[in-house]
Formats: sequence, structure tokens, C-alpha cells
Amino acid sequence: MLCPDANIRNMTEYIIRRLMQSGLVLVAMSVLVFAGVYAIGNPVELLVNPMADEAERARVIASLGLDRPLWEQYLTFFKGALTGDLGKSFVFNVPAVGLILQKLPATIELAFCAMFIAILFGIPLGLWAGLRPDSIPGKAIMAGSILGFSLPTFWVGLLLIMFFSVQLGWLPSNGRGDTVNVFGFEVSFLTADGLSHLFMPALNLALFKLSLIIRLTRAGTREALLQDYVKFARAKGLKASRVVGVHVLKNIMIPIVTVIGLEFGSVIAFAIVTESIFAWPGTGKLLIDSITSLDRPVIVAYLMIIVTLFIVINLVVDILYSVLDPRVRLGQAQGQGGH
Amino acid sequence: MIPRLIRRLAVLLLAPLAALATTGALAARDISIGLQAAITSMDPHYHNLSPNNSMMQHVFEGLIRRDENQKLVPGLAVSWRAVDDLTWEFKLRKNVRFHDGTPFTAEDVAFTLKRVPNVPNSPSSFATFTKPIVDVKIVDPHTIIFKTSTPHVLLPSDLASVMIVSRLHGEKAATEDYNSGKACIGTGPYKYVEFVPNQRVVLKANYGYWGGEEPWDKLTFKILTNAAARVAALLSGDVQMIENVPTSDIAKMEKDKNLSVVSKVSNRVIYVHLNQSTEKSPPFVFDKSGKPMEKNPFRDVRVRKALSMAVNRDAIVDRVMEKKAVSAAQLLPDIFYGTSKKLKPTKFDPEGAKKLLAEAGYPNGFAMTLHGPAGRYINDDKVIQALAQFYSRIGIDTKVETFPASVYFTRATNLEFGYMLLGWGTESGEQASAMRSLLATRDPAKGMGVNNRGRYTNPAFDKLLEQALVTMDDKKREGLIQQAAEMVMGEVGLIPLHYEVSTWAAAKGFKYTPRTDQYTLATSLKPSK
Repeated sequence: MLCPDANIRNMTEYIIRRLMQSGLVLVAMSVLVFAGVYAIGNPVELLVNPMADEAERARVIASLGLDRPLWEQYLTFFKGALTGDLGKSFVFNVPAVGLILQKLPATIELAFCAMFIAILFGIPLGLWAGLRPDSIPGKAIMAGSILGFSLPTFWVGLLLIMFFSVQLGWLPSNGRGDTVNVFGFEVSFLTADGLSHLFMPALNLALFKLSLIIRLTRAGTREALLQDYVKFARAKGLKASRVVGVHVLKNIMIPIVTVIGLEFGSVIAFAIVTESIFAWPGTGKLLIDSITSLDRPVIVAYLMIIVTLFIVINLVVDILYSVLDPRVRLGQAQGQGGH
Repeated sequence: MIPRLIRRLAVLLLAPLAALATTGALAARDISIGLQAAITSMDPHYHNLSPNNSMMQHVFEGLIRRDENQKLVPGLAVSWRAVDDLTWEFKLRKNVRFHDGTPFTAEDVAFTLKRVPNVPNSPSSFATFTKPIVDVKIVDPHTIIFKTSTPHVLLPSDLASVMIVSRLHGEKAATEDYNSGKACIGTGPYKYVEFVPNQRVVLKANYGYWGGEEPWDKLTFKILTNAAARVAALLSGDVQMIENVPTSDIAKMEKDKNLSVVSKVSNRVIYVHLNQSTEKSPPFVFDKSGKPMEKNPFRDVRVRKALSMAVNRDAIVDRVMEKKAVSAAQLLPDIFYGTSKKLKPTKFDPEGAKKLLAEAGYPNGFAMTLHGPAGRYINDDKVIQALAQFYSRIGIDTKVETFPASVYFTRATNLEFGYMLLGWGTESGEQASAMRSLLATRDPAKGMGVNNRGRYTNPAFDKLLEQALVTMDDKKREGLIQQAAEMVMGEVGLIPLHYEVSTWAAAKGFKYTPRTDQYTLATSLKPSK
């Protein structure tokens, strides 16, 4: 057993080491993306009106700095990045980071709501299915989760729109609705109009995660029920609710927290399909548009921000481990996490 | 049909949400329109891009306007004439006011021409249109004279693409000031309210508009890039009109009594460029055994003719395009200026094509890969597959490869392909400018053949075209352009396939007058009686 002081020192050392690794990851990633986008094609082909003559083309190439060698372009970018400036969008002529941060709250809100729905329904349903695997509801939950896994997001999204917007006319089919400013961020879940816009995309995005959490919870529960400590708790005559609520639930949380953490990142990064079907003004849509128009500064800035986000989430997950399970110590966790 | 139980459950769960949602219902004079592509800026001189240009028509106006058939009609200028080969005089409209109430005068026109080439970081500038003007003279507040260094017959057409901004607000303004609305002050029928990139543009009526009042108080343009989402938004009443209805949905929507679907042939031709830049085989063109050939087959007019005759255009229009396209014989449909009525789409004749190939020395055909973009033009990937099948029938071994636009156009410009499927929208609405860009012998410094990716060259045709471009008399010029078109199409300088048809769908109670330039304008949308 380590004394608390040593544990904190361990943790600080661990966090510093992780941050340094993260810096290297960011640099490597920016080089890859820079070269990758460069290899795809020439943005000038898409930006300049085809009617333009050669002089106009040359002017645009020079004004975007594309006439210089790639390494030089990267150096300029790198110098800017050190001061927090990731360049200006080729298309919109505004700072790329600003463009993304303007859209990020919408995506994060959508991701939070989707994860909230997934956790709120996923854990109880999974527990039920795990505790009563042979009952009809238990089987129905598992069958439902298979559907949630296998139905393609865009199809479910369109079906939701056809049902709730076109047939019933209850919910708006696109956009974000009224927003309220909270601490400088526009959020829509606090207004009625915003909620009605949020419901369908959040549900659509949640379905897959919901199924995942149901399955994980069920598997964990079934395994935990066979463990000695559960048998012992029962033998001691503890109430069923306490056995499940404390002993089972706490022990199955580690894999679930890991997955929730990882999935949260991917929900933010890859909400693209849902965002484009519901015209949700988030970063996923921005990224797709930027890739099709080869808007390199936006693509690079977006990936830098997302990678940073993943790094932070993984760090939080690791810290959560040690809270949930005292046997896990941070200094050692890095080898096992596989991040 | 929805089972009753599910419906009841849904009512219980969602009724409160629904009640809340309907409180935001729109007033009858407020309308929303679903657009396919994002508007990148509200600065009318920042980005020469079709969706931007279409949006700008609401807030700003040019000296000359284009009607729904792209004919030039008076805008902020009431009349114009060429005083001599190098001088143009424009009479400006009186009693026109900007949105802030200041009067519109020749000073604003002069300022606009000065601003256009000097917009910092413009990714595609409008300077192409103003460059020929070397001197501007203000005669009086409503008369202005433009001087050009060489005869420039396209000047009125060019100026129709340049939106006039207010000198008072524009002098110190950057693109950001137009985006924020601070400087976005024009003379048009609608005023700036809000611009959210990639999301929406909101405008409100300019009640003092010189052209009379518009039927709408407020316009909301929503960017709905996903086609299915756009259709759903219309069906659910979130928007009153959408552009670019997906071809697969058109038939169904035309039958729906609550919708009106309108379409019109557009100024966009889908065509094939054959790479004639090399002496030997161009890239991706081989003999049957897969070896490069000594001669470039595309340099032989008989081969080009055969490749045009082998295509069944009617089948492409009928099956692939679901009738929303028109077989093409030249670069613009024959309602446009400078097109020849004598030119008819090449007849489908596979036997004749085989014969021509044999005459040209390819009795057993050859092998080639057809390249095209995916998702840039309507059904482009299906069109190119159909083409490949037609060529297989005349004995050519074909492969098909498509790329996203971001990759494809870079490589096509670098001449990395042999057979290229492309499209061209003629914004000026007259055939000379299309031929100049796509078929004239390439000479970028002179602005000739800038997009001639086939590198077709024909000095006789060049001479005719150059002569047309400096002939001031409209009738004479049209005759020359027609003659040039007949010459180049007879030689199959490129293979025209079809003209795209653009489609709009509106809710009941609305009537849209479709346009050839594919613009979606609220000013063309009226309440139907």
C-alpha cells in the first residue's frame, strides 16, 4: 500500500508524462494531415471560378501561400500553431479555430444528450436483461439492441423524420431551433423550441451507443452474479437492491466507463451522418464540407482539436478508474489502457 | 400505416414537445427555402461562386440583370450603348436608394469597379469581369463611361455579374464587414438580417425598393446539403421550397397534389474531353494488349466521331437521368445566344462507329479507362458507367474510374487522364465564352482555352472565334459564333452529352418561375392564386 502523498506524486508525474506524449502525437498528426491533404488535390481547382484566367489563378495561389514548398507552408503553420493561430480558412477567410469553436458547442451538446439518453436507458435495461436473461423483457431488450447495432444511422434518421416530421408533423426536421446563451455558449436544450429540434438527432445518435451499453452491462452483470462476493453478500442476507446497486453495479462499471469515454469522443468526432441528415449545425458537417473543398486549415485545426479532446477524455477515464477501483494505480495504468 | 398502439404511445410521449414546437409557426409572409450548397460570404466581390452569386441577387443589383433565360435586361442601368469600339456609355436609373436611404449614383459604380480587383484573400475574384475596363469617366451622377483597351463585346454580359455596392459603406469595409452585415448594404429588394456560415442566411423585405414591393416580409435560406433531408424539410413544412430535387424523388413528388415541381433546362452541359495533348497514347489509353500506342487515337477526327456516335444519348436521358436532362448537340441549349439551330445531337449508330474506327486503323478497337467525378454533376457516376457500356459494344475495352471532385479536377487539369467526363455552366449565357474556354487553342495569357483539357486545336476555328469576340454588331457576331460552333462540333472538338435540367419543388400555394442559371431566387417565388 502506497501512502497518499506518494500516490499524488505518482499521479502528477503520470499526468506530465501523458501531456508530453500528447504533444508529440499532435505534431505527428499535423504533419500527416498536412501532407495528406496536400496529396489529395489542389484546392485552387475548386475555389477559383473556372472562367478565371491564368493571372487570377496565380493570384489566388500566391494569396493562399500555396506557391511555396510544402515544408515551408508547414513551418509557417507550425509557428502560428505555437501561438494558438491555426491559420485562416481558404473558403471563408476567417480563423479556422474560430470557425470550429463556433460550431463545437452544437456538436458537444448533441453528443452529451445522446450519451445521456444512452446511459439513462442503457444501464437499467442492461441490468434487467442481465438479472433476468430468460424472461421475455430480457430477451426483448437483447433483440432490440441487435436492431440498434445493425440499423444504419442515416436510415433510422430518415425514418424518424418521415414519422415525426412528415407523417405526424410534431417535430421539426432540421436545424437547431432557439438557443440560450449560457456562459458564452449557445445551447438549445433550455428552450422548448430547441428541445424539439434536439430530440430526434440526439435519439438517432444515441441508438448505437444505447445498444452497446445494454450489451456491456448485461454481460458484466451476468458475470458478476456468479462471483463469490455476490454469493457471499446474498448469503449474508443483504437486500437484492443493495447487492445489485452496490456490489454488482460498482464492479461492472470499469469496462462501461472505458467504453463510454471512448465512445463519447467518437460521438463528437463522427456525428457527421446525423448532423447532415438533420442539418444540425455542428462540426461534423463543417469537416465534411471542408474535406470536399480541400479547406486545409480547417481540416488540420479540426483534427488537432479532436485529438486534444481524445487525449483529455482518456486522461479523465484513467483518473476515474482509480476512483472506481482503488487497486488501479495511475502509474501502472498506462501499460494496460492501450490508448 | 402506423399501428394504433404505437401512435397512442407516441402521442403520450411526444405531445408536450409537439405543442411547444408549433408555437414557433411562421407567419404567411415569412418563408424558408432549402438550399443545397453553402454560401461562403456575404461580400458580393469575395468569391465568384454560383450559390453566393444567387444569394447576392437579393441584397445587391448589377447595372444589368439577367432574366430567367439569362437574357440581359436593365438593372441599375436603364440603357447602355457602345459609343465606339472602345467606349461604352451607361445611363443609370434615377431615384434608386440604398437600404440606408442614401441615393445611388455613378460614384458607387466607379467605387465598385475599383473595389472588385482589390478584395484581400479572395479565393475567386470578380476581377475577370472588370479587367477589360481601363478607364472610368463619370459624366454626371447618372451617366458613366467605360473605356476598354481592345474591343470587348462581352462588357454588358460581364457587368451583369458585378454587384454594385455603396461607396459610403464600402470604402473602409473588409469582407468581414459584409459578413457581419455592417457594410452589407445594397439596393436590392431584400436587406441583410443574419448570416451564419454553413447554416442559414436571413433577409427581410426592403419596402422602399424601386422595383415595387415583394410578396415576402422575411426570407430564411437554410443550408440543407443532404438531398433526403432537403426533401423531408419540404414535406414536413419546415421550408416552403427546395432546389435540386434528387432525380429519384421527382416522379413521386410530381404526383403529390400538395407540391408543385418545376424544372427547366440549364446552362450546364455535360461533355467529354479527349486528351489530344500527346503524340503517342495519352494516359490510360492502350491497344488491346495493354501496350501504349504509337499514335494518339484521339487526334484522329474519325475516332472522335465514332466515340460520339457510339453514345445513345436518348437512353442516358431516359434511363439514367429519369428524363430530367436534354440531349446535347453543342455547349448550350439552342434558346441561348450564339447557338446554332442546325446542330442536332449526334445519332446513335454503333455500326457506323465501328466502321469509322476500322477506317481509322482500329478495326478491333482499343482499350481505355473512362474517368469522371463522383457526386459533382447529377448522376455523374451512372452516366460514365453507361458510356463504358456503349463503348464496349463497338469493341473498345473499357474500365471506369471515378474520384471525388477534390481529387478529380486537380488530376484532370494536370492531363493525367485520357477520357474525361466534365461539365460546364455558361454563366454569361452565350456560346462564345464557353467555346473560348473549352475549345480555343490553349493560350492562358490571352484567356484562350483556359479549360481546354482536351487540348483540341484548330487555327481556322480560333480565327473565327477571335473575330467574333471583337465584332460589335450583335447580329453579325451571332452569325460568326454559330459558324464557329458548327465547325468545331463537326470536328468533335469535344463530345457533348446532355444539358442538365434543374428542378425546384415548392409547397402548395407557391409558384416558382424556374431559371436557366440554376439560381434559386426568392424574387421568382410568388404566391399562387
